[in-house]
Amino acid sequence: MHSDPAAIQKSIRTYLMVGATLLVFTAITIGVNLIHLAVPLAITVALIIATMKGSMVAAIFMHLNHEKKWIYGALILTVVFFAVLILLPNLSVADSIGKPIGFASGSRAAHGEPAKR
Amino acid sequence: MEIPYTVEPRPDSGLANGKLGVWLFLASEVMLFGALFSTYILLRVGAIEWPHGELSVALGGINTVILIASSVTMVIAWAQLKMHNFSRGRLFLIITMVLATIFLVNKYFEYAEHFSKGEGPWHSTFFAIYFTLTGLHGLHIIGGIVVMAYLAGPGAGLWKRNPDQFTNRVEYTGLYWHFVDLVWIFLFPVLYLL
Repeated sequence: MHSDPAAIQKSIRTYLMVGATLLVFTAITIGVNLIHLAVPLAITVALIIATMKGSMVAAIFMHLNHEKKWIYGALILTVVFFAVLILLPNLSVADSIGKPIGFASGSRAAHGEPAKR
Repeated sequence: MEIPYTVEPRPDSGLANGKLGVWLFLASEVMLFGALFSTYILLRVGAIEWPHGELSVALGGINTVILIASSVTMVIAWAQLKMHNFSRGRLFLIITMVLATIFLVNKYFEYAEHFSKGEGPWHSTFFAIYFTLTGLHGLHIIGGIVVMAYLAGPGAGLWKRNPDQFTNRVEYTGLYWHFVDLVWIFLFPVLYLL
């Protein structure tokens, strides 16, 4: 990170602008919620905006836009394990292997309906 | 005995030890919150119906604004110390602490309202995951306040002995604080809006 006072002063202006942008994005998130979009679309929009906000915090406030490779390495590993952590349990929901045919996901029995004869 | 690499970077990593340590800690925090987010998704996908509009969007929105503002004041505190302006740096650190406290006060009112209506964690799956996620996040806020209070109070003496090390400590606290803000950025839409 810079130690030149003029460069740091410039950085402070950047921090303030990023802060203002984050507030605008927050207002947009709440505004979109008032429109009452369909749930899948609302989730997609909200998560895209949250990801943009999170990226700005990480890149500018946490200085990830110019960090050392050791930190990038640690974060890449974290992202991989995070993805596994999120995906693996959720993939198990869709997994019907080992379940009796009548109880497989998407079957009539799984939804409490009697099997067709 | 002096601890090496508190200010000067290690020749192999190019980083001071504290910075790499904080990032590794944050990596473990990502996994902690990741496990809970994964649980949330699993519970929500498996639910027949999911409640909507149970939480106050206004209070959640205000808390989002407060945390974003506190992230800005935190990074400015560090920038002021980098410019060798201790009094301003400390002032911004105290402002960050005050904003964090306001966040907790808001959260207290929010929790109190839910408990008064009998909507505790036992009420439903939604409230169970809501209290778990926001409760853990709240504990992180308290942790941040404790560290900031130390740096602005008794820990501030380090500035006279070793200003660079003190500035680094504020930077590491800031990294933690921005992470706490980042988690809330995702918690707000996931719990309050969707």
